[in-house]
Amino acid sequence: MNAIEVTGLTKRFGQKLVVNNVSLKVKSGEIVGFLGPNGSGKTTSIRMMCGLLKPDNGHGQVLGYDLIKDRLRIKSQVGYMTQKFSFYEDLTIEENLSFVARLYNLAPIKKHTTETLEKLGLLSRRKQLAGELSGGWKQRLALAACTMHKPKLLLLDEPTAGVDPKARRDFWEEIHRLAADGMTVLVSTHYMDEAERCHRITYISYGNLLADGSLHDVIASAGLHTYTLTGPDLEGFIPALQADDGVQQIAPFGNALHVTGTDPQALKRALKPLEQHNDIRIEQAETNLEDVFIKFMSDSTDNMQ
Amino acid sequence: MSSVFSLQRLFAMLIKEFIQMRRDRITFAMMLGIPLIQLVLFGYAINNDPRGLPTALVALANDPYSRAAITALENSQYFKFTATGLSPSEARTLMRKGDVTFVVTIPSDFAKQAEAGRPNALIEADATDPAASGAAVASAPVIIERAVASVKEKNPSLKQDLLRSSTIIHRKYNPEGITQYNIVPGLLGVILQLTLVMMTSISLTRETERGTMENLLAMPASPFEIMCGKVLPYLVVGAVQVAVVLTAGRILFHIPFQGDLTLLIGAILVFVVALILLGYFISTIARTQMQAMQMTFFFFLPSLLLSGFMFPYAGMPGWAQELGEIFPLTHFLRVVRAVMLKGADWSEVSSSVYALFVFVGVLLILALKRFKRTLD
Ligand SMILES: Nc1ncnc2c1ncn2[C@@H]1O[C@H](COP(=O)(O)OP(=O)(O)O)[C@@H](O)[C@H]1O
Ligand SMILES: [Mg+2]
Repeated sequence: MNAIEVTGLTKRFGQKLVVNNVSLKVKSGEIVGFLGPNGSGKTTSIRMMCGLLKPDNGHGQVLGYDLIKDRLRIKSQVGYMTQKFSFYEDLTIEENLSFVARLYNLAPIKKHTTETLEKLGLLSRRKQLAGELSGGWKQRLALAACTMHKPKLLLLDEPTAGVDPKARRDFWEEIHRLAADGMTVLVSTHYMDEAERCHRITYISYGNLLADGSLHDVIASAGLHTYTLTGPDLEGFIPALQADDGVQQIAPFGNALHVTGTDPQALKRALKPLEQHNDIRIEQAETNLEDVFIKFMSDSTDNMQ
Repeated sequence: MSSVFSLQRLFAMLIKEFIQMRRDRITFAMMLGIPLIQLVLFGYAINNDPRGLPTALVALANDPYSRAAITALENSQYFKFTATGLSPSEARTLMRKGDVTFVVTIPSDFAKQAEAGRPNALIEADATDPAASGAAVASAPVIIERAVASVKEKNPSLKQDLLRSSTIIHRKYNPEGITQYNIVPGLLGVILQLTLVMMTSISLTRETERGTMENLLAMPASPFEIMCGKVLPYLVVGAVQVAVVLTAGRILFHIPFQGDLTLLIGAILVFVVALILLGYFISTIARTQMQAMQMTFFFFLPSLLLSGFMFPYAGMPGWAQELGEIFPLTHFLRVVRAVMLKGADWSEVSSSVYALFVFVGVLLILALKRFKRTLD
């Protein structure tokens, strides 16, 4: 069964089309990455899927319940972690957790709260105000709080924004543990390394779904060919390369330049002049996700104009 | 578990609200501080019938009549002679500087004129604040005439007849008799209105502003539970405030309590529920706590002016009276003054209490209609 199966989701705020005809399927037990630049409609889509926003158009099912009619039932079986920390900063860690336990009627309250505190490793700090926690701990608290009622589907909206790399890795390990227990996870992010940790990725840009599939599928579907240039003073060649029709984008990666294009012949022709320089190495490389996203982003800004 | 209402979830909301209320020192201070400060300010400091106003005396005569007049003025307690033995120009300088509110001048021919039945003392008042000097000025001629008359009585050979006009009662100009007796019951309404509307509207808008509302809505809390969770704690706050104001009014100002306490408490309860619902309604419109605050004051100020708290309702023009009817405070003031001061019973205040019920009904419908299950 699919945990999420929605078709044609559309949402406008005033005149602005924020989500345009987005269809999405998420299989049970999958971890799906929901990617896209800021303002592309990720949060809005997630809110529609957990019943917080009414779609203007579109229909579908979440956990087998109708997206429009069964919003209350969806809410009780979905865990939603908001982009911004949205538990009570003026309540202690323990008070926040027992509040959630009471709302979901998780009896006995005390036992559920203590277990969650133990799992979090916050038992000794349970009397601390949530507002005093660091960003990383806040995220872990929020994740623990919204998985307390053992939801079947977890919706995470940029859960690791502004969190240090170590805390991010721990966070992802927790997500994989939850998925292994059978939870379905839809997580929005714009970190590439996080996208690579997902079973499947979905790319949305300015309301439009641009790609959907495994990492390899998405990279392959972009139809990009990439060369890596290494050598001294590469910056000097950038203007000439940019002017060439065969080159679609140039992106620096450390000391190297990634030059990509859709037409392999044209790309080769564009790089020809550089072959005279002996100190520059030109190698065909595998296109990575970041190249693909940069292409998506520049394509869709073109569409915007 | 019912999707519309569960006691368990309401309980969760209530516990959370009470903890937050307890932690929020400012709200807590407001809850008790506003009633006390307002009570003391309005009760003691703001007095529409002030006494002991500083007065300069220019006495150009010294005879039994003028001495009697001066003593009588001083005994009236309206005038307090803070500067004496001045020349007219010195006295006027003091008044310009604001050091004195009045200048009393006794002319050199005062005795002669008094015996002729025309005591001609001159009283100059600083009328920049008419309310401050009005009563004193109104009473001065009477005081002087009486003083003069009492001196004359000792000298039966003089004509006594010209002084019969001296029985004017100055309180006539103050139809509702604005004293602490009138102000304190009114304050009960004003304090409840200010704090409850503001606190309820702010507490709910805070959830929207901080983003916690999104989380609350994503969890299985229904609008009715969220509303009750917000409303009930403030009912308790209101009860505490009522107790504070009534007790303080009794102890500090010896406000008489004529009527039926149950009736009063019943009316207060209806009024408080109307206020909390109004606060709740405001919070469904305001996006930020700042806006909630502004909307509260937008509502608060006209109600203060038009409800009969500041100015006698009966003295307002017809259109203003009609406008005043749209504020719950207007109706509440009628009930509370009638019950507390005049000992009115149910039949005499029922129409005002029914009006309060209408507010509750209308606001309840509006609040539930405006509350959204979604973030749209
Ligand atoms: N409640 C709202 N009212 C009006 N515009 C909104 C609202 N929520 C989001 N938007 C707009 O919709 C667009 C998409 O927002 P969002 O879904 O938050 O994108 P993302 O999460 O991908 O950054 C943005 O331009 C944002 O300004
Ligand atoms: Mg977002």
